[in-house]
Amino acid sequence: MLMTHILLRHRDIPDINKLNVYKSNGGFEAFKKVVTKMKPGEVTDAVKASGLRGRGGAGFPTGVKWSFIDNKIWPHYVVANADESEPGTFKDREIMESNPFQFLEGVAIASYAVGANAAYVYLRGEFWQVAKFLDEKIAEMGEAGVLGENLFGTDYSLHIYTHLGAGAYICGEETAMLESIEGKRGTPRIRPPFPAVYGLYGKPTVVNNVETLTNLPMILANGADWYKNMGTPDSAGVKVFSLSGRVRKPGNYELPFGTTFRQLIYEHGGGVQEGRPVKAIMPAGASSSFIAADEKVLDTQMDYAAVRTLGADLGSASVIVIDDTVSMDWVINKTIHFFKHESCGKCTPCREGTYWMMHLIEDIRDGGHSTDNVDLLLNVAKQMQNKCLCPLGEFSTMAVVTGIERFAQDFTK
Amino acid sequence: MTKQVTLTIDGKQVTVPDGMLVVDAAKEAGIDIPVFCYHPKMEPVGMCRMCLVEIGRPVMDRTTGKPILDDKGEPKLQFLPKLETACTNPVSEGMVVYTQSEKAEAGQKSTIEFLLTSHPLDCPICDKGGECPLQNLTMAYGPGKSRFLFDEKMHLAKMVPLGELIYLDQERCIQCARCIRFQDEVAGDAVLGFDERGRSTQIVSLSDPGFDSVFSGNTTDICPVGALTTADFRFGARPWELSSSASICSQCPVGCNITFNTRREAMSDGKIVIKRVMPRQNEEVNEIWMCDKGRFAYHYAESEKRLSKPLIRKDGKLSRASWDAATQAAGEAIAKAKKDLVVLASGRLSNEDLFNLKSFADQVEGKAVLYTHMGGGDLVSLVGVGQGTNFGAMGAGTTIVVVASDLYEEAPVWYLRVKQAVQRGAALIVANPRETKLDRYASFVIRYSYGDEVRTVHDLTKKGKVGDAFAKAENAVILFGSDGLGLDGSTALATACARALNDTEHAGKPNNGLIGVWQRANDQGAWEIGFRPEENLVGALKGKTVYVVGADPAGDDPALVRALHGTEFVIAQDLFETETAKLADVVLPAQAYTEREGTFTSGERRVQRFYPAVPALDGTRPDFAITSQVARQASVILEGTSASVVFDILAEDIKSFAGLNYAKLAEVKPQRPIVGRGDLYYGGTTYENKFGLGVQLSSAADRSEKFTLPRVQKVEELRPKEKKLLAVPVTKLYDRGVTVESAKLLNQRIGEAFVALHPSAAEQLGVEAGERVKLSLDGVSEDVVVKIDETISTGVVLVPRSMGLPISAPAEASLKAAKKVSVRA
Repeated sequence: MLMTHILLRHRDIPDINKLNVYKSNGGFEAFKKVVTKMKPGEVTDAVKASGLRGRGGAGFPTGVKWSFIDNKIWPHYVVANADESEPGTFKDREIMESNPFQFLEGVAIASYAVGANAAYVYLRGEFWQVAKFLDEKIAEMGEAGVLGENLFGTDYSLHIYTHLGAGAYICGEETAMLESIEGKRGTPRIRPPFPAVYGLYGKPTVVNNVETLTNLPMILANGADWYKNMGTPDSAGVKVFSLSGRVRKPGNYELPFGTTFRQLIYEHGGGVQEGRPVKAIMPAGASSSFIAADEKVLDTQMDYAAVRTLGADLGSASVIVIDDTVSMDWVINKTIHFFKHESCGKCTPCREGTYWMMHLIEDIRDGGHSTDNVDLLLNVAKQMQNKCLCPLGEFSTMAVVTGIERFAQDFTK
Repeated sequence: MTKQVTLTIDGKQVTVPDGMLVVDAAKEAGIDIPVFCYHPKMEPVGMCRMCLVEIGRPVMDRTTGKPILDDKGEPKLQFLPKLETACTNPVSEGMVVYTQSEKAEAGQKSTIEFLLTSHPLDCPICDKGGECPLQNLTMAYGPGKSRFLFDEKMHLAKMVPLGELIYLDQERCIQCARCIRFQDEVAGDAVLGFDERGRSTQIVSLSDPGFDSVFSGNTTDICPVGALTTADFRFGARPWELSSSASICSQCPVGCNITFNTRREAMSDGKIVIKRVMPRQNEEVNEIWMCDKGRFAYHYAESEKRLSKPLIRKDGKLSRASWDAATQAAGEAIAKAKKDLVVLASGRLSNEDLFNLKSFADQVEGKAVLYTHMGGGDLVSLVGVGQGTNFGAMGAGTTIVVVASDLYEEAPVWYLRVKQAVQRGAALIVANPRETKLDRYASFVIRYSYGDEVRTVHDLTKKGKVGDAFAKAENAVILFGSDGLGLDGSTALATACARALNDTEHAGKPNNGLIGVWQRANDQGAWEIGFRPEENLVGALKGKTVYVVGADPAGDDPALVRALHGTEFVIAQDLFETETAKLADVVLPAQAYTEREGTFTSGERRVQRFYPAVPALDGTRPDFAITSQVARQASVILEGTSASVVFDILAEDIKSFAGLNYAKLAEVKPQRPIVGRGDLYYGGTTYENKFGLGVQLSSAADRSEKFTLPRVQKVEELRPKEKKLLAVPVTKLYDRGVTVESAKLLNQRIGEAFVALHPSAAEQLGVEAGERVKLSLDGVSEDVVVKIDETISTGVVLVPRSMGLPISAPAEASLKAAKKVSVRA
């Protein structure tokens, strides 16, 4: 267990959401250092060396992502993905509400690294209070001279804007988010071209998750090696695990990568309610595959590579714990309804497939679990896989396929 | 030239330009990859997931940049684990595509199955049935049997009017967004959008009035299901019952290639009638599009009011007569009149009709007068446009000038073509006294005052940003119109344009020259054949024998009624008993152009054939034949049996037509994209062109003839004077012309006769938009509705042509509000 937090620093330092408190704890020093003493490329190199990987779910190396940005086309933009719509994920909200300046300083460092003079924080519509709060903090930073024109006496200028979505899961997908900021329907674009070449308003854009960005001031302040020493060789640093489900103490836990499921659930989460056994784990929220829990699984270290060996992805590390009181047909009924509701409708397999799956799971649950319907549901889910325009359609099938395949008994009542 | 790349599709080697999409490359190789959302005229979106294929790309050695070879010496290929969409992936060298592998077929099959889970399968009552991409592709690629329970299908509204012209069946829609993207990308009227999301996604109209675009009908052609249907054809017939005839749209000078679909039906008393009008591909003219006026304003030929018997005035009353008696009476009157004959004809007639009329007038030494408010067609014949001019080829290096014309209202498809040329890099200069829709695509917008047309064009040849954009352009085309102009004004404008083009060496080569935005389909043809307008038409008619063909001067202007009363003898030849016919001595019933063959010369001087679509109304004859019969009675022999023979004689006589004949006009060549075959899922229900792309006339400049352009004639400058209003004529697409008036659907969009004022003029008058005022013009007073236009000057009011108000040229006018506040006594 860490002595102090790196991301959830408000848990150690009261009132860090106040500018003077943040400043007196080293706030904006990293930003000032990069702007006055480092070249953008050096910042990117430092982040590459730290091993920081994207916390939005895909785990793509952040510094590498920045290096893809097209320097032949200008201007550049940075977009902070604060959509946080994955059921089971609630880490970014805590960061933004309680440690806002560190997040915003991260946005600023990323902007400097890729040469952006404007950055957008895209928040889901339900986060309107957070947006209002961030607007105040952004204004305070402007007054304090850490945002605006000619920062720290250099010719570098930066403005940060918040942008509220209308509450659509799909807008967490980066190209749909860009469409939404542009005032269009939030539907994904075809890729390539990737945002690093053709992003916001058709210009090169870096999209990073809130948590990813919040790491940056600490990495730049303490050095890549300091960061790299935490976590595992595959996944450097710390992660905020959003723990929920049938645990005694659900919540956000900032822990190094490599912490085992058992440590998270039992040491931090207080164990399963009523002392029941863990039946399954969804490590990445509603879009997860189910991991059938056993002793070996519980002792698996949580990093991107290790979780993949269990037939799932760590994703945004939104760990949902399911115990033996829960039947998987009930869970996938929930996830299917969610994805059916959130499908943007742009591509056929997702639009029609989620609707079809919804009918099938309802029939299965209402009508005595006929094998034909279960087989058909599995078949429909597999038929959707690898055919959709964006990951949403894919996500909607993960729980269905692994639920039926790994917990067949729950579908044969 | 674009780099060529070679790839293999289903074992077939194909060499295509770099950057082409896999789906199009396959098409070139004769391999059909099924699509719904993809359309070759629009940007790919990859959303329907129908075109899933396996794509392998050679693995490249990073150090040498060459493909890595496998054991057999073949390039090693890398396939993604996912199927890829053929519509979003561009070709690359050495690419290998499998469109019919087990994996690809499974993908295509699954997409069809998914689509059908929410499709009503009401093919037996669907207008699209029989020419439906979803139906066809289901048969070809679908699983044959659905595993989705029919009872669980969503039930949605089946008759949602997006506007009064287009209906949406929400159940049939497969959310491919072709219609939305057409309106956005092609038409430039982004009036459709999606509402809701997921399975609830629905097409909605975002405009008021609904579906506010003159290109709306095209969305029904490219809709891959029966979701969008026209109010005109909806439940009108099954596609397989329809016969088709190639034709040319007669509504404006663009000359869109069209197809008339006809059927013999009980509900029309066993007659063969036109059921719908569809675009026919001509990439140089209308591509695969047409405007709604052309699509819906064809009903006039079926009107009950058609004349079917010749009439002769007896005892002051018109009464039925035989053809022999009528043509004899007409012929004798002309024989008597000789040089006192005035043939007054319009560009509604075909080249053959006009040629016979002109020959007739020449032989009796009479006069052939073109009935028009716009001049300059003779100058177009001199400086071009000429052979090889093609809107589709205009792009970077070409400057297009549009002066005194609102193309969206006057020649919608030219509006599309100009817009596209700009998108390909052409420079556009729009010079107009008021705002028009085309302004937004212009590099330069010149806003001049009514009356300053000539000066404005003259300035184009001067040094400066705008002048350079015109004068120094590799190619330059000027489209000139008659917004706010009468005959003398438009003639002066055309002269100034011709001189500007000639002075800057923009004549005598492809994509250079002048294009007249005429009121009628064949006005340019009339000019080529030698018809000329008469500045003082009232004076020219006095005491003459007048042979009015395809025109209704009496219906347009009270002054011309008086003029016709002062003539010796009037012969009217028309489809209808027009106001002119009512005061004629002999009336001859003509055939509609849909009932016969002939040719029109479009504004860009392309001669195109039209073919008979429906049997002629009993008792009517083609205009050229009637003229021949009348001429015979005046001892003048003209060809009167075959339109093609008349055309042969015309081609011998008129230099610019030299060497042309009907066979040449019917020639076709392969066009891209490939449309209109069995693969209608690809390009839509547009027709392939099998009956002729037409031939462009050469200009005098093309033929390197020496010619002198006339000097610009000074026009009496009508300016708004203090406390007086200047009324200027403008053209609206949907007017009270006979073709729109009898189209019940479009009728709803015509609206009332109006006058458009500057807001401050309206304020001064104490009226608001929508209120009524009394407009006095040329001695006539009419109640009209007030519209507001902020872009005109305060002393000017706009008055629409062909809306029942007599306005052929700018004129002084007065307005009186209902509250008796008067601006001018």
